[in-house]
Amino acid sequence: MHSTTSESVPADRTGGAPELPLPDSAAQALKLAVVGGFGVGKTTMVRAVSEIRPLTTEETMTRASASVDDLQGVEGKSTTTVAFDFGRITLDATSVLYLFGAPGQQRFWFLWDRLFSGALGAVVLVDTRRLEDCFYAIDRLEAQGTPFVVAHNDFGEADHPLDDVRAALDLDPAVPLLRCDARERDSTKQVLIALVEHVRTLVKEGRR
Amino acid sequence: MSLSARQEGPDRLYVITAGRSGGADETLDAVTLIVAESEPTPGMQSEHAHILRLCVSPLSVVEVAAHLGLPLTVVRILLTDLVDTGRVTARHPAPAPSPASPLTSPDVLEKVLVALHDL
Repeated sequence: MHSTTSESVPADRTGGAPELPLPDSAAQALKLAVVGGFGVGKTTMVRAVSEIRPLTTEETMTRASASVDDLQGVEGKSTTTVAFDFGRITLDATSVLYLFGAPGQQRFWFLWDRLFSGALGAVVLVDTRRLEDCFYAIDRLEAQGTPFVVAHNDFGEADHPLDDVRAALDLDPAVPLLRCDARERDSTKQVLIALVEHVRTLVKEGRR
Repeated sequence: MSLSARQEGPDRLYVITAGRSGGADETLDAVTLIVAESEPTPGMQSEHAHILRLCVSPLSVVEVAAHLGLPLTVVRILLTDLVDTGRVTARHPAPAPSPASPLTSPDVLEKVLVALHDL
């Protein structure tokens, strides 16, 4: 069984009402994904802008053992579980935006397919000490045609020129790359705005 | 994840779903909003009653799962029971975008941008 570490906490199970209920007129939910390797700051980013304390839940998938699970030595079916965190921003009386922080490694591909179908776009969060953690995510997003931006989470310390990061990632020149401090609400906000503006550009160009 | 369902073992999850591992309404997206249409009734399965209390105001499928401390897969089955019996209604997100039918109308994007700028 695979699992992820999580910086958020489980919701209480006392049966109380959720904090900050949505308006009764809420009818349209949208989603954005924040993907990246372990410890890169996905939940930190979600927390920076979420109106609720980030929540954690799990998705499981039972399937015939694939190569990934052969290490477990289990014959037949296996269950893969992955935990992910999410937060929420109410947009207006009818719309609400959900932000999902999810691990980007290849073995969590099933989560992407289920969770991110219909997502407006994705933020790929990178740490220059572990750039390779996001290679698969970028390949996958490109292959799916999901709009994305890449945000270098430098925790307020600009260490590498962005051009070097772009070259190391072999990133399409059209994909926005920006620096951020995921702990900061305003910095995270700018990343999300850059993503939505990028989506808007692609829509205007008829590419989305 | 101290309250994680995974630590409670699969047996309990099968009890909750009355032995089912499938049959969930596949149109229930992670962000489909669920709204209770009735009060819990005596004798109702506790998870169903819990969902009805949670969804007095609209709540997404993932939030329901997080509040119940159960995997999404299990929660989809429970929600399907409630949708099928009319105890909750589901407000689905726009269909997944495709090259033929982009979800992202400029109006929606403007709305998101305005809200983000106002954060």
